[in-house]
Amino acid sequence: MLTKRIIPCLDVKDNRVVKGVKFLNLRDAGDPVELGARYSDEGADELVFLDITATISSRKTMVELVEKVAEKVFIPFAVGGGIRTVEQMDELLRSGAEKMSVNTAAVANPDLLTEAARRFGSQCVVLAIDARRSRERVGRWQVCVKAGSELTDIDVVEWAVRAEKLGAGEILLTSMDADGTKEGYDNQLNRAVTEAVNIPVIASGGAGKLEHLYDAIVEGGADAVLMASITHFENYTIKQMKEYLASRGIPVNL
Amino acid sequence: MIVVVDYNVGNVRSVCNAFRHIGCEVRLSNEPQIIKGAAGVVLPGVAAFGYAAGALGALAEVIKETALNGKPLLGICVGYQMLFDRSSEYGQHKGLGLVGGDVVPIPAEPRPSLGRGKQTVPHMGWNLVRMGENMDLFAGLGREKHFYFAHSFYAEVADGEAKIAYTDYGFDLPAAVQKANIYGTQFHPEKSGKAGLKVLRNFYGICKRGS
Repeated sequence: MLTKRIIPCLDVKDNRVVKGVKFLNLRDAGDPVELGARYSDEGADELVFLDITATISSRKTMVELVEKVAEKVFIPFAVGGGIRTVEQMDELLRSGAEKMSVNTAAVANPDLLTEAARRFGSQCVVLAIDARRSRERVGRWQVCVKAGSELTDIDVVEWAVRAEKLGAGEILLTSMDADGTKEGYDNQLNRAVTEAVNIPVIASGGAGKLEHLYDAIVEGGADAVLMASITHFENYTIKQMKEYLASRGIPVNL
Repeated sequence: MIVVVDYNVGNVRSVCNAFRHIGCEVRLSNEPQIIKGAAGVVLPGVAAFGYAAGALGALAEVIKETALNGKPLLGICVGYQMLFDRSSEYGQHKGLGLVGGDVVPIPAEPRPSLGRGKQTVPHMGWNLVRMGENMDLFAGLGREKHFYFAHSFYAEVADGEAKIAYTDYGFDLPAAVQKANIYGTQFHPEKSGKAGLKVLRNFYGICKRGS
């Protein structure tokens, strides 16, 4: 049986891992290569590195980072932040990344998903959605772009369905309302998206306790759970997370 | 020396890194003479089948000839899928035809999985592989291990000479094949942690014995 995945997320700024609350008030969490290797040794199923500055100079740094990580880490990892073109994707894949995650560029140019899927296969193409609960439409969410700084009018569930048709192979779904709060994932959001699409969904934003991981999988229908604060600062090891999930009947790769 | 075929698809570096990590001399190349002179050849692949087949171009014949001459060949993911006769990913494409079978889409049938009313495509993540009997790639790995998969198409193996290892994805999905000196894994050994590195070490051992 396919196991549920535990995915630590490493937000990278100036070659350091940082983590904030609702995308603000960043704290330093260590060196990205060392931390990535540690999580891999601890039994993480996958890693995500996000360049949260996404400037021209940081992009070069990300390629170097991917090369260094790929020398030490023999589990899959995705990389995202500021990716605009299939050429950039190609460079990152060739440097050793397994997947690329795109958000803003896919919203601006949805054909990018199709172009990338046809060239690299859809399993490489992760659509990242930063979702914010809609003030106007109750029970709906709107897509945010540009690292959470710009709210669009796009409905999250509709965008997820469209992205799947265009070629996205996975959705990294972050609740901006829950991000960094450690109060649990937004499982209404997770449920709404997992019921609407047939591709894997990674739940992100809000993990603070072990129960939250279970809830995202069972209540939210998530195929994988992503976390940052809970691993960087709260001293939960990946093994503890997996043992907990296994004890509650969730298939994991222990 | 093992040669990893460089044909402008993603993920080649990871395969080389993994071989280096286990102490194997490895070279990335697209030159026919170097491929022919290798102790073993690896055909990697993160790409769509059509793109990969097009990018491989004339090297396809070189690899085929080398494999038919008895040199160990390991196909990984799309490189594995290319060992078969044909694929229907984004159109109809011809494979190397070294192992009989067709590459077809994973059926998107509603099969309840935990917490979710349906099974996803791509088949993405760590799944338990039941090792086939006497498959050299799995020597020393026990009866079953988790490996990392990421694919939307799979090979329907139709070759009486091929040994097959399966994983469960609502049906018995072929996870690896072995036909004489030709080996292939649908999963990514270079991204499957310790068990994956052991598979590569086993392939390295096969190459050393053969050369």
